[in-house]
Amino acid sequence: MSELLQFVFSGLTVGAVYALVALGFTIIYNASEVVNFSQGEFVMLGGMLTVFIFEAGLPLWGAAFLAIFITALVGVLLNKLAIEPARGASVVNLIIITIGASIFLRGLAQIIFDKQLHRYPSFSGDDPLHIAGATLLPQSIWVMFGAAFVFAGLYAFFTRTLTGKAILATANNRLAARLVGINTNFIMALSFGLSAAVGATAGVLVTPITLTSYDIGVMLALKGFAAAMLGGMGNPFGALVGGLFIGLIEATTAGYLTSEYKDAAAFIVILLTLFVMPQGLFGAKSMERV
Amino acid sequence: MTAYLPPRVRALIILTILIALAPMLFPSSFYYRVGTLIFINSIAVIGLVILIGYAGQISLGHAGFSGIGAYACALGPVHLGLHPFASLILGAVVSALLAWFVGRPILRLKGHYLAVATLGLGMLISMVLTNETQLTGGPDGMAVEGLGLAKAVRETLGFKVKTSVVWYWFGGGMLLIGAWLALNLYNSPTGRVLRSLHDSEIAAKTVGADVARYKLVAFVISAAYASVAGSLLALFNRFITPDIASFLHSVELVTMTVLGGAGSVLGGIAGATLLTALPQVLTMFHEYEHVMLGLIMMLVMIFMRDGLLPTLRKLMLRRAIP
Repeated sequence: MSELLQFVFSGLTVGAVYALVALGFTIIYNASEVVNFSQGEFVMLGGMLTVFIFEAGLPLWGAAFLAIFITALVGVLLNKLAIEPARGASVVNLIIITIGASIFLRGLAQIIFDKQLHRYPSFSGDDPLHIAGATLLPQSIWVMFGAAFVFAGLYAFFTRTLTGKAILATANNRLAARLVGINTNFIMALSFGLSAAVGATAGVLVTPITLTSYDIGVMLALKGFAAAMLGGMGNPFGALVGGLFIGLIEATTAGYLTSEYKDAAAFIVILLTLFVMPQGLFGAKSMERV
Repeated sequence: MTAYLPPRVRALIILTILIALAPMLFPSSFYYRVGTLIFINSIAVIGLVILIGYAGQISLGHAGFSGIGAYACALGPVHLGLHPFASLILGAVVSALLAWFVGRPILRLKGHYLAVATLGLGMLISMVLTNETQLTGGPDGMAVEGLGLAKAVRETLGFKVKTSVVWYWFGGGMLLIGAWLALNLYNSPTGRVLRSLHDSEIAAKTVGADVARYKLVAFVISAAYASVAGSLLALFNRFITPDIASFLHSVELVTMTVLGGAGSVLGGIAGATLLTALPQVLTMFHEYEHVMLGLIMMLVMIFMRDGLLPTLRKLMLRRAIP
């Protein structure tokens, strides 16, 4: 029993990170119908920037906030320089553009930073808590509550503020949103900045546990993308459930069956789910106009 | 005169001439190696031209089939006592069967859902190749028995040639066969149905095409192409690692296909040429290799949406008609 609890703890920790990456996918997808494959690089940038700003002498919290802010700027720039000029391009083109952006950012990180693994101290020490025979790192609590905080904050933002509602309106119908006076270009930029900030937050929170390096983004993007698709693309609640679900499957597979195939288990579950529910768990059934 | 030739014959003639004349520009035998790699990648890309360009379906997992082909050539001679070339065929058959088996449920998905499903399939294949260490040697890879082409030439024709030179002509020949098959498919009844899927699946369904079956046909054919390319790469390099089945290689293949112009065989080959030759050139900048590659991918897709070849053709036509 304590064993299972242990796996649940580690599953929820990784799952929270996947959920944040998936949420990043969802925000951008809703605003622009672009699946941004460089989402994983935002997580990498969050962690790496914090490492280097912290080593430059800023306090950890200052470094973390600065890192999230810079990553958000990178997101806005990405939209401005690569996505906006490609408006109206096909899905495959956009996939290749964002994959190109991901390779570009990874290459840039490799030059600006280095190829080493990095970490910084945990926020509240490394003494594990003992709960019913299982151990839990304080940093894991930071990750889980951090993710919960981001989800709750964004929920409030989307449902209670005018700007948030404007994003939802743009997601729903770009032309109609423009007709009622919403600046959709600004909304696009905002979504990219927001999504990048969410990714960077995940990176800032998880780096003390998993460490970071210039190339961690690829796998995170794949898992996050899979989580978003599993939950149903465009649904923030689906992103949360999908992310946590994949994290839990991975942790229990690694614990009970085989650690080599923990990634495989996640993808097998995704394939089977999509075979039965082609729109994911909570995806809206999309209609195509002919 | 050429104006009266059907386009597919013209494409084949252009390709043959390019393959035959390119060595005149080679300063060293190293370029024969690059040429061979271009041909092998082009074969995989032609398969994707059929899937993406003709039928309009995406796959982010085709490197998995290349992996199956490559490891068939690595394992076949050792464990089954097969001739390397028979192993190549075996790999293609296994890939085609797997594609046929998983294709039906996967191809019901659309757009990004199809992308994630094919991605998952490719990841699964690559994980098996990486983790079954006893059979595949794991991430360190394994040696592959060669085809012995140079030796065969020496024994039958009686003169010595470099392996890379023989492979250049062998690879070129294989590419011509692959291109010929794909070009014939383009105007065949099957090819026409595939292209109608690309334009509108619903319209194709309305006029009575068995949409699911034809998508599956494209998927199986493209899997076989990817597998043959993987086999050739294994036989050429005489060494193989699971990297060939990785997600990054899948992305590379799709990028080659779309970069050159997904709709045409020649476009696909142009994309394969560019992206295979580019890293060889970019090694000069080695630190900046990834930055440049990413930049080129973004710029071509933003400013040449149809891909390199169609855009160039459009520019030339505009100049011809003032």
